[in-house]
Amino acid sequence: MLHIQNIDKSFDSLQVIQGLSFEVQDGEFVAIIGPSGSGKSTLFQLIGGVTSLDEGAILLDGEAIQQQRGVIGYMPQQPCLLPWRTILDNVILVEELRHKPNMELAKEWLDKVGLSAFQQAYPHELSGGMQQRVSFIRAIVSNKPILCLDEPFSALDEFTRLEMQAWLVSTWETYRKSVLFVTHSIEEALFLADRVIVLTKRPATVKAEIEVPFARPRTEDIRHSATFTALKQQLFTYLKEEAYAD
Amino acid sequence: MLFIAFLLCIWEISVRLAEIPHWLLPAPSRIFKEATQSYDTFFPHVMATIQLALLGLTIGVLCGLSVAILLHRFVFIRELLYPILIMSQNIPVLVLAPLLIIWFGFGLLPKLIIICLVCFFPIVIATMDGFRQTPAELKHYFQMIGASKSQLFWKLEWPYAYPAIFSGVKIAATYSVMGAVIAEWLGAKKGIGVYMTLSQSSFRTDRVFVAIFAIILLSLLLFYLIRLLEQLFVKGRGADVTYSKH
Repeated sequence: MLHIQNIDKSFDSLQVIQGLSFEVQDGEFVAIIGPSGSGKSTLFQLIGGVTSLDEGAILLDGEAIQQQRGVIGYMPQQPCLLPWRTILDNVILVEELRHKPNMELAKEWLDKVGLSAFQQAYPHELSGGMQQRVSFIRAIVSNKPILCLDEPFSALDEFTRLEMQAWLVSTWETYRKSVLFVTHSIEEALFLADRVIVLTKRPATVKAEIEVPFARPRTEDIRHSATFTALKQQLFTYLKEEAYAD
Repeated sequence: MLFIAFLLCIWEISVRLAEIPHWLLPAPSRIFKEATQSYDTFFPHVMATIQLALLGLTIGVLCGLSVAILLHRFVFIRELLYPILIMSQNIPVLVLAPLLIIWFGFGLLPKLIIICLVCFFPIVIATMDGFRQTPAELKHYFQMIGASKSQLFWKLEWPYAYPAIFSGVKIAATYSVMGAVIAEWLGAKKGIGVYMTLSQSSFRTDRVFVAIFAIILLSLLLFYLIRLLEQLFVKGRGADVTYSKH
């Protein structure tokens, strides 16, 4: 599916990413965590084709996609809904850039997540959590082979955040598309992902990779299991090592 | 409204108490009487001014928007023209007007140019500000989903600027009435400006005031007309509110 192969990226003299390689399998949910300033956003800009690579390759289904925009589904940190468009018109935005949008699919998804009553509403009438759901639906409806989620819940309050994580898990489990999820929250990564990749601090490369053993469908209960705590501890140690390393 | 009525009362009382001759400063009651009496002769003048102002405003808005789009989208044009545009605003229209008459005669063209000139500037500045205020995160999002440059403009920056454009048009609308009157002073057969010069030269101060009140009313009317259009066009948020970051 998505292969990141030995990529390098510097801005002027600052090396941000060095020899980074990993992959996301078909139907797999991969989370990436790293200390702040570890080049997570840069990584997404590279995958999204907004910034150019220095070295290495990014392959999607065997095809090089560096410098190509619009091949991945993307959900940003802020909902980024257009305030003058109705919810339905926001959902079809990405499709609209390429071809005639599939209104039925958009309506179907809004219905699935219980937002069908808001089709004709405007974004400011929705809560932050609801706006992020719309943003996620928009990424799904864009119908790309992989979804890249860039800290999508980091701007939400703690309670909404937990609620959104549970919502994302259950939505994703019925849908099972490949997801690359960037976060700075250890718990979020463990709760959502099949595999967690830990990045080093700048220049970023893979420090560790752990498989998350919980079966799906997942429930809130796994947060209290001994395995969860142990993995959390392990990831925390990795991140602490990075934060204090020099 | 109440305060305006209060001011009018003070005006009425002081004129009567101080026995000011009515050719110097007529009382509001006298102005009102004159307005109702000469309604039939005055009305065609008002209609002529409305026509001129609306036509001039429309052309001014279209020119202003086109120039703003050109300046925004082509950096070299902006660098070339923007300073000249700012400088041109230091030339008083009253000085330009006789020149325009010399060059273009007494027809419709020089009048329209005058109105265009006064409407043009607020629209260009407001529109360009609107484009520039588009939040960086929305622009980044559009890049990530693979929007082309023209899609970024027409689907994001252009609608984002609507509230700003309407503030510019509101200012321009009130200026357009003033511009029309100035244009009519310089030579026209009909119009509030003509009526004003005629009344002034025959010391009919009451009629000058009728003209002044007509100008105020017209400006207000145009202002509210634009507000109405704004409410129709700017969706998702109430009028008079620029889209804030969400």
